[in-house]
Amino acid sequence: MKRERTRRALFTRRVLMLGAGKTVLLGLLTGRLWQLQVEESERYAVLAEENRISVRLLPPPRGRILDRFGVPIAENRMNWRAMLVAERTDDVAATLATFSNLVPLSDHERARIERDVRRRRRFVPVLVREFLDWEDMARIEVNAPDLPGILTDLGTSRTYPFGEPFAHLVGYVAPPAEADLDGDPMLQLPGIRIGRAGLERQHDRVLRGRAGKVQLEVNAVGRVIRELDRQEGTPGKTLTTTLDAGLQLAAAKRIENDSAAVVVLDARNGEVLAMASSPSFDPNIFTEGVSAAQWRAWTTNRRNPLVNKAIAGLYAPGSTFKMVVALAGLEARAVTPGERIACWGVTELGDAKFHCWKRGGHGWLDMREAIKQSCDCYFYEVARRVGIDRIAAMSRRFGLGVDLELDLPGARAGLVPTREWKRATQGVPWQQGETLVHGIGQGFLQVTPLQLAVMTARMVNGGRAIQPHLTRALDGELVRGHRLEDWPAMGIPEGHLQLMRDAMAGVVNERGGTAWASRLPAELGLQMGGKTGTTQVRRITLAERERGLRRQEDLPYEWRHHALFVGFAPVDQPVYAISVVVEHGGGGSTAAAPIARDVLIETLLRDPARRTTPPPAPPRPDTQRVAEAAPAPSPPRR
Amino acid sequence: MQRLLVRDRGISIAGKLAAVSWPFVLLLCLLAATGYAMLYSAAGGSAEPWAFRHGLRFAFGLLLMLSIALVDIRVILWLAWPLFLVGVGLLVAVALHGAVGKGAQRWLDLGPIQLQPSELMKIFIVIALASWFHRASIERVGNPLFLIPPLVAVAIPVVLILRQPNLGNAVITCLLAGVMLFAAGVRLWKFALAGSAAAVAAPIAYERLHDYQKNRILTFLNPESDPLGTGYHIIQSKIALGSGGLFGQGFVQGTQSQLNFLPEKQTDFIFTMLAEEFGFVGAAALIGLNLAIVLYGLAMALACRHQFGRLVAVGITTNFFLYVFVNIAMVMGAIPVGGVPLPLVSHGGSAMITVMIGFGVLMSVHVHRDVEIEGEQPA
Repeated sequence: MKRERTRRALFTRRVLMLGAGKTVLLGLLTGRLWQLQVEESERYAVLAEENRISVRLLPPPRGRILDRFGVPIAENRMNWRAMLVAERTDDVAATLATFSNLVPLSDHERARIERDVRRRRRFVPVLVREFLDWEDMARIEVNAPDLPGILTDLGTSRTYPFGEPFAHLVGYVAPPAEADLDGDPMLQLPGIRIGRAGLERQHDRVLRGRAGKVQLEVNAVGRVIRELDRQEGTPGKTLTTTLDAGLQLAAAKRIENDSAAVVVLDARNGEVLAMASSPSFDPNIFTEGVSAAQWRAWTTNRRNPLVNKAIAGLYAPGSTFKMVVALAGLEARAVTPGERIACWGVTELGDAKFHCWKRGGHGWLDMREAIKQSCDCYFYEVARRVGIDRIAAMSRRFGLGVDLELDLPGARAGLVPTREWKRATQGVPWQQGETLVHGIGQGFLQVTPLQLAVMTARMVNGGRAIQPHLTRALDGELVRGHRLEDWPAMGIPEGHLQLMRDAMAGVVNERGGTAWASRLPAELGLQMGGKTGTTQVRRITLAERERGLRRQEDLPYEWRHHALFVGFAPVDQPVYAISVVVEHGGGGSTAAAPIARDVLIETLLRDPARRTTPPPAPPRPDTQRVAEAAPAPSPPRR
Repeated sequence: MQRLLVRDRGISIAGKLAAVSWPFVLLLCLLAATGYAMLYSAAGGSAEPWAFRHGLRFAFGLLLMLSIALVDIRVILWLAWPLFLVGVGLLVAVALHGAVGKGAQRWLDLGPIQLQPSELMKIFIVIALASWFHRASIERVGNPLFLIPPLVAVAIPVVLILRQPNLGNAVITCLLAGVMLFAAGVRLWKFALAGSAAAVAAPIAYERLHDYQKNRILTFLNPESDPLGTGYHIIQSKIALGSGGLFGQGFVQGTQSQLNFLPEKQTDFIFTMLAEEFGFVGAAALIGLNLAIVLYGLAMALACRHQFGRLVAVGITTNFFLYVFVNIAMVMGAIPVGGVPLPLVSHGGSAMITVMIGFGVLMSVHVHRDVEIEGEQPA
């Protein structure tokens, strides 16, 4: 029995040890629990909150773009969409088949939908079809009981009511690329569009607005349990442009069959009233996605519909440059207005011959007559006397070869050469013959139609260095000074400018002027002034010259001259400046001046009516406009 | 058999029922009630689908426990080795025909009941080891040769469990057997020797583990390494524990568990859920309740007058303790996740029935604590 007692004593000892050990172990767990739950509680509470709450963004409506009278040129269209929630239907295929009877779905669409359904969680809505019209919506709603899982939802999409005429100005929107991600979380939203060209891109940040936030309580698989907090976003600002939609439409219409550009400025303040470039494209296509075929068609078109020729097309100014040469000559006192210079049809410099456009020449001419008749020999002589550097300096003052800081992306600075430039870029010294060529606006000179319009405006507004711009107001707040006095004076004597205006008036309104055929009709009671220009795109060979120049119409299209015209109106109190460039149009007086005349007539006719004429109705009556204060896209309706 | 029952000092069924430790049964009921409440909360405030069935199972388990409590302890002693053989047979059956769940063969599908033989086996091992050492004097326990048969007896089911594969349960079974040997009086230096042998063998064993088992161990060592993969469970569990704070977020209010961030909250991670909803106070109370059951069980062992009952009581209690400790340590990220439920609280039929069978045996020890069994064999 003693043995039994010792065995029991050993057992008791060991059980007590076990009991103590187990108590200690559970005690350790309790201690660790204290650490986790009490001491580190705060850290885990934050993690828990993050787990539970999901923040989603509410995209605000994009700011509208208006013309100066409030006519919308970019706005938001209601976008009715049909979505499919897979978990709410027993048979996705059957639901889609029924849907297809109401709104036909292509096989391609159906394949995409079924792929999306497989990829997403079953409670996430999958897009079935967007841009539904009212009839489709009505049919879907009426048949809702037969369409389990289908729900409709209202979003917005960008629309450009006028389409092509404004394409190069408003630009377009498209999904952001990797490089566009600028830290704005809104860009991560599926279906978001940002401005990719034109004003949409220039003012993208203000048009975009600020996204609202909704805090949702979600579970581990992301299903929304309830909405906890909602912060509405700030809608994008409304951009009021300086454009006159009616004038823009007329200008675009006038050049629609040419490869051409027209710019109309308010010469007093630099406001761009119209800026058309043709051919153009429909920016609405970008909103819904550009097909490969469409893109190829645009990019292979030799007339470059995607390029805004008004700001990115570079042309030699030709004879429209002659006023700048004349002003440089006057300022340098190399020539006086009354001095007569002879033109016998050719100017010789060393071994080289420089021809006037008029065979046989103009005879003796003073400055006004030389501009009016666009004599080349006169300006060869003036340029020779003044030198290229002073011509270049004068050009820059008129905005040629200079970045004009236009509030539209893609504007090019062009090129106005100097001796220094040639040495630096080509490594050979400047030749005097080149100075002569530049005297008639050829050679290395490259300018944009916008720069030509700015040059003209600065010449006729009393010598104020206006800058062109398109932005008039944001949310009704004017963005810069709009009076003539706000622009710096260029320091050119009024007499010189007066002479230029007078000579340009002669070009159009006097028999013998190169644009006499394009003078404004007498019944308008107003006159315009201007200057024609014709620039060679290839050198005229000696053989051709001896054979006798062929008519431009007989040449292949790519060989034809560019036709240019710069002008202003009214002559006695200039308000508007215009420039026209017609690529391969032939002659400035035959191709460009008539366009300038027609657009200026439209401009002048619209002038007194500026504030009273009702704005033109957008050409798409079916478009439903979304008011500026439209609510953010509503959550899916059940 | 007949002889054993006759020598029963004439205790009637009513008398035996009166001898059952009702305070202990009350503790078990408290634990099961906690389980009911947590399963109700896990279902978002509904008795379906878990809580109601949990209650039914506990009622059935309670009946089973009381029935076993009435069985004479000597019958159980007599059945020790036959039961052990049945257990091994079940493990073999599971290896041959078992249902495959979560990548391992663990369950035997017996129609209405799914049985996890490895759980049942631990009780059979406890009984078998107790019967072996019941007959052993201190001197014989000290003889290494005497320890070989029980070690082999333990090794057979452990190997079978390892092959399922179920590393966690195999380790727990070894620990359980170790505690039995310790209680039986095996010298401490022998444990030290076995421990160092295991340490040497560990790297070799690690190489033979399945990938998911290696993953669990690696995840345990660094849970943040793969937050959405294997570490997800542990991180989410710790977040839920931490968000519970001192007093918890309230019944059916735990954000992590209610919103399904917490995985398997109705089974392995039910403790986490309780800790989130009732805070440190509630969780500590639950640990306290479990400790009370464990200490009560050890007290029953000390009160028993025969070595077989003493060892069985220690074994059953230790088995229960190991469930509790491993489960709670696991959800706190203190040891690798092993799929061990919290007894009587977690949802799951097999575990509950097994635990209640064990407590039935414990209760039988308590009821028959003064029964005389033939003593140990002479040395």
